[in-house]
Amino acid sequence: MLTIKNLHAAVDGKEILKGINLTIRPGEIHAIMGPNGSGKSTLSSVLAGREDYEITEGEVIFNGKDLLELETEDRAREGLFLAFQYPIEIPGVSNVNFLKTAINEIRAYHGQDAISPKEFLEKVKEKQKLVELDNKLANRSVNEGFSGGEKKRNEIFQMAMLEPKLAILDETDSGLDIDALRVVAQGVNTLKNKDNAFIVITHYQRLLDYIVPDFVHILYNGRIVQSGGKELALELEKKGYEEIKKQYDAISA
Amino acid sequence: MSDNTILDEHINSEYKWGFTTDVETDTFPKGLNEDVVRALSAKKQEPEWLLEFRLKAFRHWLTMNEPNHWAHIPYPKIDFQDISYYSAPKKKPTLKSLDEVDPELIKTFEKLGISLEEQKRLTGVESNIAVDAVFDSVSVKTTFRETLAEKGIIFCSFSEAVLEHPELVKKFMGTVVPYTDNYYAALNSAVFSDGSFCYIPKGVRCPMELSTYFRINSSGTGQFERTLIVADDDAYVSYLEGCTAPKRDENQLHAAIVEIIAHKNAEVKYSTVQNWYPGDKDGKGGIFNFVTKRGICLGDRAKISWTQVETGSAITWKYPSVILKGDNSIGEFYSVAVTNNRQEADTGTKMIHIGKNTRSTIISKGISAGLSNNSYRGLVQVRKGAANARNFSQCDSLLMGDQCGAHTFPYIEIKDKTAIVEHEATTSKIGEDQLFYCRQRGLDTEKAVGLIVNGYCREVLNKLPMEFAVEAQKLLAISLEGSVG
Ligand SMILES: Nc1ncnc2c1ncn2[C@@H]1O[C@H](COP(=O)(O)OP(=O)(O)OP(=O)(O)O)[C@@H](O)[C@H]1O
Ligand SMILES: [Mg+2]
Repeated sequence: MLTIKNLHAAVDGKEILKGINLTIRPGEIHAIMGPNGSGKSTLSSVLAGREDYEITEGEVIFNGKDLLELETEDRAREGLFLAFQYPIEIPGVSNVNFLKTAINEIRAYHGQDAISPKEFLEKVKEKQKLVELDNKLANRSVNEGFSGGEKKRNEIFQMAMLEPKLAILDETDSGLDIDALRVVAQGVNTLKNKDNAFIVITHYQRLLDYIVPDFVHILYNGRIVQSGGKELALELEKKGYEEIKKQYDAISA
Repeated sequence: MSDNTILDEHINSEYKWGFTTDVETDTFPKGLNEDVVRALSAKKQEPEWLLEFRLKAFRHWLTMNEPNHWAHIPYPKIDFQDISYYSAPKKKPTLKSLDEVDPELIKTFEKLGISLEEQKRLTGVESNIAVDAVFDSVSVKTTFRETLAEKGIIFCSFSEAVLEHPELVKKFMGTVVPYTDNYYAALNSAVFSDGSFCYIPKGVRCPMELSTYFRINSSGTGQFERTLIVADDDAYVSYLEGCTAPKRDENQLHAAIVEIIAHKNAEVKYSTVQNWYPGDKDGKGGIFNFVTKRGICLGDRAKISWTQVETGSAITWKYPSVILKGDNSIGEFYSVAVTNNRQEADTGTKMIHIGKNTRSTIISKGISAGLSNNSYRGLVQVRKGAANARNFSQCDSLLMGDQCGAHTFPYIEIKDKTAIVEHEATTSKIGEDQLFYCRQRGLDTEKAVGLIVNGYCREVLNKLPMEFAVEAQKLLAISLEGSVG
């Protein structure tokens, strides 16, 4: 589904991603962990098409297409979804109107008719229930005045509505209370099927108790320095990053 | 799609109302003097008092100087002798039925989404709107007149009102905007051609939206219409105004007057979607929109609210105002002004508090893109004796790109200590983050800008009647096409 080969990216001439390799197949859940500033959000931004970053080397193939050649919106329409670490507020635009526009743009891209109001409403109801999103929040302006946790929940609601092929969750668990965490996990687990995939960026093993990853990768200083199964996360939780840092700082020094 | 094609597409996106209509017209030769004023009045078979009014205005105008207090806006000096002051479709201006209207005209208005047939509905939306369609200097057709007449409501062209209801016109015309008011008001008072007249009798709630649609068609002409709305005690009316013009390389002058009189307990809502041709991307052509709009809350508890969405015109100077004379009267101004390319807008309001416990609200949203300049200029005046007057003003500016300008000029004059006046202003840039967020959800840049801008203007758009709000939203998006590369 997604193949990243030797991806390098820089901002203002400073290299942040220094050769990322990663393959994701349908049906898989990948967790990415790593210390602050290691490049996790940068990777997700680059994949989503944020223009602040210059791709200096490498390629990314998404469902047979050269992802880096696609406009941001076309990547989304091809089924790439990013749950933002810091969701953006859009005052005056209601959440449901925003989603309806998004759904119809995606449908139009695939040559499909606009969603019928009835179908849309049913979908809203269903997904709202899934992520236990308050009716009021669904109708309020996108993220405006939402609490940190509500914003995260709203990202999962949007993901559920848009049913992407590949969803990247950038620290969706940070700032969530236990209930919200369960809801996010429930959202992912319900949506998960053999045809889609998830990249879950997190700092905490806790989330991975709920969303069980097939692979865990450790990103450090712009590179994936270690990959393994879900036990890697447990190990990390115990040991912290010290050992890894030492090991790789020695190499790059 | 590469950035270049995006750019190309928008540069080539056209003003969609820029067509011209081929109708035979009866047009005065260019030039302005007393004889022209007399000829105009004669053409319209006006009573002597009106000719006198025009002549007084004209003589006064001659003594005035063209305003130059917006000197920072460079624009070609208007040659008032190079304008024709009357242009009308050749067929008879007063028409008994639709059959007598030139089919080309009917087509023109249909192209604009306006039906002159009463059975038809605007653009498929279930609506109930009576329309007065003004083409160049004359009113072509007013719909639903009989339905309205049953309630005693008068809704007709200004010219007809002069002939059929002279006592009302004489009583109210020029009482809110005297011909001495300003340069363009004086000019309009001398040469106004047509416009709409509306009278809602005591205690009547007008059952449908009333609307005037202005269309400039002929070249080399100016449009000088006059609208007069009188709401008697306890009356209510919601009034809409729309306008478009063909694309031309020349600048055309539009100098209108709108007067509103609200008696005791009356309420008048006046909504405008101003979409005159703005000129091309280099600033060639476009309408100079210099209009005077003012209402007076004459009686206690009267209410006047102006809602405007300004997207068109090369230059707009416009300050829809309310004189709050009656105690407990209310004035409101909700405005969205969008400027792109080389457009200039200087718009705002004046709220003049005279009566006790008068309240006014000003919400202004300016959006500038391209090389344009967008200014809010507003006056809140509380006169002595206007006890407990209150005003709240909120002026927000949104910038798209870094070559445009946004300015706010709030003037506050308070002569009564009990007044409470609040002013808030913000300036923001359309966020890269917001755009990226929208695009990540599958919206292209244009859609995203449209959505963000519409959200930004929500408070104002919510004040518009439904059918208009839908149009206005589309218009906002179109006006800003290509503004974010
Ligand atoms: N637009 C930018 N301009 C300048 N520096 C940037 C930019 N984006 C990222 N960086 C830098 O790149 C590095 C990686 O940042 P990134 O946000 O990807 O880290 P992260 O792994 O997501 O960290 P965290 O766990 O704190 O979210 C940091 O040093 C950050 O300061
Ligand atoms: Mg991050």
